[in-house]
Amino acid sequence: MNGQSLKQAGRPARPAVAALREIDPTKVIYLALAATLVIGWVLVAVDGGDFLTVETIVGIQQRSAALGIVAVGQTLAILAGSLDLSVAYLISLCSLVAAETMAGRDGGIAAGVAAVLAVSALVGLVNGMVITRLRVHAFIATLGTALIIKGVVDHLYDGPAGSVPDSFQRLGYDRIGPVPVSALLWAAVAAAAWFLLRRTRLGHRIYAVGGDEEVARLSGVRTDRVVVLTHVLCSVCAGVAGLLLAARLGAGAPTVGTDGGYDLESIAAVVLGGTALAGGKGGVAGTVGGVLLLAVLDSVFNQLEVNSFFKDVVRGLVIVIAVAVYARRRKGRQI
Amino acid sequence: MKRTLPILVVLAVLLAAIALVNPFFLEPAGFLAFVKRAAPLVILAAGQYFVIVSGEFDLSVGSLVTVEVVVAARLIDGQESATWWVLLLLIAVGLLVGLLNGVVTTALRVPSFITTLGMMLILSGAVFLWTGGAPRGALSEAFRTFGRGNLGPVPWSVLILLAAGAAAILLMRSDFGRRLVATGDNERAAALSGVRVARTRILAFVLSGAAAAITGILLGGFAGVSAQVGQGLEFSAITAVVLGGVALGGGRGSVVAAMAGALTLEALFTLLNLYGISGALEFTVQGVIIIAAVAVGALRLPAWLAKHPPRKQGDTHVA
Amino acid sequence: MSRNRPLVALVVTSTIVFAAGCTSDKPPAATGQSASASAAPAATGAGTGEQSKFFVQADFDAQLAMRTKTPQGDASRPWEQAIDPQMVSTAKYKKDGGVHLCFSNAAVNNPWRQVGWKSMQAEVALHKEITKFTALDAEGKDDKQISDIAELQGQGCDALIVSPNTTATLTPAVKAACGKVPVIVFDRGVDTDCPVTFINPIGGYAFGADGAEFLVEKVPAGGKVLALRILPGVDVLETRWSAAKATFDKSQVQVVGVEFTDGDAAKTKSVVSDYIQRHGKIDGVWMDAGATAVAAVEAFEDAGQPVPAMVGEDQQDFLQKWKDGGLTAIAPTYPTYQWRTPVIAALKILAGEEVPKTWKLPQPKITSDTLDTYLRPNMPPLHYALCGCEEMPGFPENWGGKKS
Repeated sequence: MNGQSLKQAGRPARPAVAALREIDPTKVIYLALAATLVIGWVLVAVDGGDFLTVETIVGIQQRSAALGIVAVGQTLAILAGSLDLSVAYLISLCSLVAAETMAGRDGGIAAGVAAVLAVSALVGLVNGMVITRLRVHAFIATLGTALIIKGVVDHLYDGPAGSVPDSFQRLGYDRIGPVPVSALLWAAVAAAAWFLLRRTRLGHRIYAVGGDEEVARLSGVRTDRVVVLTHVLCSVCAGVAGLLLAARLGAGAPTVGTDGGYDLESIAAVVLGGTALAGGKGGVAGTVGGVLLLAVLDSVFNQLEVNSFFKDVVRGLVIVIAVAVYARRRKGRQI
Repeated sequence: MKRTLPILVVLAVLLAAIALVNPFFLEPAGFLAFVKRAAPLVILAAGQYFVIVSGEFDLSVGSLVTVEVVVAARLIDGQESATWWVLLLLIAVGLLVGLLNGVVTTALRVPSFITTLGMMLILSGAVFLWTGGAPRGALSEAFRTFGRGNLGPVPWSVLILLAAGAAAILLMRSDFGRRLVATGDNERAAALSGVRVARTRILAFVLSGAAAAITGILLGGFAGVSAQVGQGLEFSAITAVVLGGVALGGGRGSVVAAMAGALTLEALFTLLNLYGISGALEFTVQGVIIIAAVAVGALRLPAWLAKHPPRKQGDTHVA
Repeated sequence: MSRNRPLVALVVTSTIVFAAGCTSDKPPAATGQSASASAAPAATGAGTGEQSKFFVQADFDAQLAMRTKTPQGDASRPWEQAIDPQMVSTAKYKKDGGVHLCFSNAAVNNPWRQVGWKSMQAEVALHKEITKFTALDAEGKDDKQISDIAELQGQGCDALIVSPNTTATLTPAVKAACGKVPVIVFDRGVDTDCPVTFINPIGGYAFGADGAEFLVEKVPAGGKVLALRILPGVDVLETRWSAAKATFDKSQVQVVGVEFTDGDAAKTKSVVSDYIQRHGKIDGVWMDAGATAVAAVEAFEDAGQPVPAMVGEDQQDFLQKWKDGGLTAIAPTYPTYQWRTPVIAALKILAGEEVPKTWKLPQPKITSDTLDTYLRPNMPPLHYALCGCEEMPGFPENWGGKKS
């Protein structure tokens, strides 16, 4: 049932390698996160600032919530050996669907949320079916879906549209002490995904399909169905992120998803969190760490007023170096 | 050749459709203008093909093209005399970036999607860090000639395209080509049969870097300095290669088909423009076509279809 | 099942805490619909398509009228001038001692914003009373800018300058900030009048009309005009096009095409070449931003045709081309010197001096008569001439130019 156990069963490991394997990428990412927090705090203090104010802590959470929710969904797709490049455009579409359906009415909230969930699930279903039934590589399938959504959105909208009622905007702005509601929403999504992956049969199957699709099929898993389901869940996560952004912006915006770079950035966050791009290895906890690391980096850069070009260079280096470190740790596994 | 046929049929149909609306397209000047416009993407697609057929991705080419143009403008700074050493330097930068991508992917075992995604961020950040946010300097007339000028009636970029295309075909017919396809098809088997897998892949990335350098030189020449010249080109190049029937994951497809894929993509844009499809819906059409093309390519697999593949594929590609 | 306990605990506690009451960073008032979204009569004709839903006749008329008014203030310092100022008192913001100035920037992702941003930094450096200047770059992301504005409120700013990424979506965040510090908004606006002052040049309608009127004058009746736009949906660009459209619709010129170029030089060149092929001759080119003007000029050169009447912008490469080729051209501007004004405004406000509620800066156009004043060959090709930065310390190196 479980891809990892299937794989390990056939191959007795040498003790030294086994010891290396014990160090989980998830721990690495949280260590890196802690180190970044400390270094950032020192750097900002030297600069004459105060890093850990309530505003920065709230800021880190607000800035990472939407990316975090998308990345949780992306984790599911990547674990199953797929990936989703359509999330950015889907987020824009969903923010518009939400704001247009709600049209500023409190009574429209339920309909708006339902519409977003339906639209995003449908897009995920299409992605999954194109990948499994038409046998199109996920990269191309989701890139194609992305272009289709982009065309439709750009054709129908030439600027922010619709509006969400005040009560719904509270999702984006309210907080409980230092914890914004958006961060709680992210935590809930992450916890649900964690539960799904670790405690349900579907979770084990996702790992199995991502680990080795052929072996999974041979051991009786309906692999196509698993891939379709992960894509539906991934798209629904993007839909939830779209709802959150609509609440933040007070309206739907046709470029909010792409401006945020949620497609490539969510994939980067997932692999930064130690999930293997090839699938089958990793988990939601790492992804949460990856998103937080990116957000803390952002916040440190913000406080130090580092220019955005330098940020890109550092982000690129961090991602490549992190994945290289994980690859070294996994070396024993691959051959 | 059998694999190349479907995309050539599609290309022919699209070209015919363009000629139907725009008769000027049939004149040598009109057709050459089209090839000239397509040349940068075709060369970029050829470079991307090497990487894809070896089983990898190169997402850094778009940023690399921008880097090449911005670097060229700053270093040349309008002086004709600087043109030649800057050209050499640009090619060297392309090769170096490819080498780095290749080494990080093979030696450090970072998936190429991530390596080149990181490289994309690093390159675009670093170049504007260097120029202070916006391009500086100017390109020389001699530099512009390659992308803009003609040799007699034939644009330079068409000649460069022919040379690059011929080189790519020769490379794929050589030993290297066979090793490359073997690597992408089955890494383990290739290694067992004596192919130095890592070295082959590194060379594929280096070729992609070189192709991006040439593309940068042509695009900078064609349209001048711009901060966003390479934006999105990585996806266009990958799309073109896949449209040519080359499988992501490696091991299948020909370089001619990849280049034909790029021409097809360019023809498709031209056609959509000519028929006045609204700017935005163009993307939707493009998305549907990409998915359809790859889906049809995948249909090849069932045995009962394999008996007459070319006709079947040709027909459905058009739809 | 024991491992699920933390999860259950989390859900339960968060529900309890949520129910127990919470704080909100959201402003109390409702967000209005975008003010500019009023319905416009659908006018069609002359090949220009339907009028943009962003078009507001009253604003259009007001901007066109503003072009001929004489701005108040020193004409050699246009960034301090104002057209028809309605002054407001700022006595309640008066403050002694050093100033901590904060700035939430939408992005620095294009040459226009780069030039402006450098001018603003230079302006800050001119004032010793500014002891601290904190600037956050939202990198073109609405969501990040909302967080940035919230974060800046916790940093003890004396005044907050905002250059919003999008009008409608940044309105709630700006409203929230208004309650805590004096806010100065410039470039794009917000749908609220809570900022102390809103600074920008005359605007997009004037920009679009300046170019279109020039073409109507230079292109013979029945002549063919090609309109090039960057992309749909950006309010500033929509107003430019809608003004041009209104002008063309009243004229005898024929608009043969309205095309989007994504601001990409190669695409622009291809589009223009296609039109030259298809129509044989184009008599004028209008554009909503000048970044690709040179590419359009080159398309005519490469086709071996004389360059027709052109609309560009105040970027150096276009001005150079204009001069070298002796073009028939005009360059409407959206001056980058507006980046200096917010700093000046902030200091006035904190000194308790009156400022205009709506600070309209003059928006000159470059004509063949004034071309030589603005052309500076030592500046980079994408430098904007109306930076108002020539006298500032660090010019021209800090703007990427060479001393000469």
